[in-house]
Amino acid sequence: MPDSAVQDLLPSPIPVRLLAEDGTVVDCPAGYGRPSTEQLRAAYRRMVVGRRFDTQATALTKQGRLAVYPSSRGQEACQIAAALALRADDWLFPTYRDCMALVARGVDPVETLTLLRGDWHNGYDPAAVKVAPLCTPLATHALHATGLASAMRRKGADTVVLALVGDGATSEGDFHEALNFAAVFSAPVVFLVQNNGYAISVPLSRQSAAPSLAYKGIGYGVHSEQVDGNDPAAMLAVLGDAVERARGGGGPFLVEAHTYRIEAHTNADDASRYRDEAEVERWLAADPLSRLEKHLRDTGGLTDSDIEAAQAEAEGLAADLRARMSSEPRLDPLALFDHVYATPTPQLAEQQDLLAGELKAQEGS
Amino acid sequence: MTATSMAQALCAALGDAMRSDDRVLVFGEDVGRLGGVFRVTDGLTAQFGDQRCFDTPLAEAGIVGYAVGLAMGGFLPVVEMQFDAFAYPAFEQITSHVAKIRNRTRGRLSAPMVIRVPYGGGIGGVEHHCDSSEAYYTHTPGLKVVTPATAGDAYCLLRAAVADPDPVVFLEPKKLYWSKEDIDLAWDGEPLGRAMVRRTGKDATLIGYGPSVPVALDAAELAAADGIDLEVVDLRSLVPFDDETVTASVRKTGRCVVVQEAAGFSGFGAEVAARVQERCFHSLAAPVIRVAGFDIPFPPPMLEHSHLPGVDRILDAVDRLQFADEPDLRYLSGVRP
Repeated sequence: MPDSAVQDLLPSPIPVRLLAEDGTVVDCPAGYGRPSTEQLRAAYRRMVVGRRFDTQATALTKQGRLAVYPSSRGQEACQIAAALALRADDWLFPTYRDCMALVARGVDPVETLTLLRGDWHNGYDPAAVKVAPLCTPLATHALHATGLASAMRRKGADTVVLALVGDGATSEGDFHEALNFAAVFSAPVVFLVQNNGYAISVPLSRQSAAPSLAYKGIGYGVHSEQVDGNDPAAMLAVLGDAVERARGGGGPFLVEAHTYRIEAHTNADDASRYRDEAEVERWLAADPLSRLEKHLRDTGGLTDSDIEAAQAEAEGLAADLRARMSSEPRLDPLALFDHVYATPTPQLAEQQDLLAGELKAQEGS
Repeated sequence: MTATSMAQALCAALGDAMRSDDRVLVFGEDVGRLGGVFRVTDGLTAQFGDQRCFDTPLAEAGIVGYAVGLAMGGFLPVVEMQFDAFAYPAFEQITSHVAKIRNRTRGRLSAPMVIRVPYGGGIGGVEHHCDSSEAYYTHTPGLKVVTPATAGDAYCLLRAAVADPDPVVFLEPKKLYWSKEDIDLAWDGEPLGRAMVRRTGKDATLIGYGPSVPVALDAAELAAADGIDLEVVDLRSLVPFDDETVTASVRKTGRCVVVQEAAGFSGFGAEVAARVQERCFHSLAAPVIRVAGFDIPFPPPMLEHSHLPGVDRILDAVDRLQFADEPDLRYLSGVRP
């Protein structure tokens, strides 16, 4: 392989950044262009809505309306860029921490939360919205994304698949097998690693000694890039480039976004046991939403009324979510047997009858 | 009719399935140019091209996970795990995704595929090449689990597995790959799920599957010389389980021995024995006895014959079926069997 081809696979030595933390434009040695004001405005609106959704979901856990919720507060730039980089016919493969990306893609917020509410494992119709079920096992879905990307390519479609994983998942074998399969079969799939510093409590230093997780690409012949994951402009630019490169037949792409999980792992976690408040404060200063807001305001791309409109939309979504989550979900225990197999086995039919009898007896008592 | 080996029958089934449905893709390790280490995919790449039958990187979780995505995209993957124990890296993909995706999504997505696993001992294989791994799969709701005992069945069950809307773990008894049967290969469209009575008899029922079926048939021949008339049931499909055929046979004979190669403790034979006793208690004249491999890691090749249940172990169990109406002394006074 000529040296230029090797260089082409490697990520930028420092994370790509287009906006400084104060919202000012910075030089980008990697050569990425700044997204248009319209793109940035669209991202801003979704980030405001996404953050409000996230806050509302966390509140719902306190009211006992959700069994558990893994917040993605602080990762809004990654979440919204993931949604905006894709066309409607592209596919998104999310993890449990990517609800914000689903909402931004247009998935119904209540159906997004079905897994975490606990009335079923998945709420929305994946084939209709082109979003795979939220994946709880780590990195297993990266292989599914790769397989689906190959399937679409075999059918002659120019669709792209985007798989989201966290920094912890890059230690799993399936992540590596997915990169390898994607490269060997030249699948149009993009892997976005949201490196938020922690896998529950374990810091990145215990996941990897690599200079950047993006360097895991070159070992497989996968193009890679690293980006400031709290810079919405950079996220849109890098992810958009990766997706279009894959769409054009350039093969798979690995993006590492350096970001931070502001909240604990879930509402059930106590982050004070493994990280100090000063670290959180430092990252709060790098907040992606205020960075974009500042930039757009300073460049005349956002007015007070724009901000008010975005906040009103966010409040509307939160109110709708609260209202719809305040009622008890309709549960049908007998449906537990319906989709184990295409047609229930005789044994499952017997067990369904058994449960029906139990339910009837409970009704009578 | 021509003499056909089980490996040839399986290969023919794959070829016919690929011919009848463009969505069928065959892939795995060494299945392309080489035709598989057991030659089950022999000639498929030459016939159908390397887009339909192809080699993958050497990573079993990768193979099955990649198959999940292809299945989501409308293809019908038939993947080969090279040996039983080599399938373990794919265990999470199989149990957490292949088996559950239909249920998780209320039927909106599914992952119909066939995962072919050569399994069992009897070929002088070194360690990690001879496991009987069926119970891991039968214990996972959402999977169908099938294993043939004859060349003809290998063809029909594999065609049925490819046509099935659910994922099927297809366990191929390695020691029977070269066993031949004079048969015209044809599948009449019968779906998976039925057991078959391989030999009718009236005194007791031997229940086996895969590699244990020919051993049970040999034992039945020897017992016949002693005047004991044994029926042999070949389960064929472990999931779904054919309670009807099994129950009918045991209610008729009143005695039952379950034969499996796998270690006995917590094995599939325990499920069979339990089901028989739940359904046939008043027809049974003796406890259901399990004949199995020992509860040890699969032995090195020079010792495997001591482990594998042979006709002697089966006939010994038949002797304990209390034909003389006496209690089984092994289970009195705390003596361990």
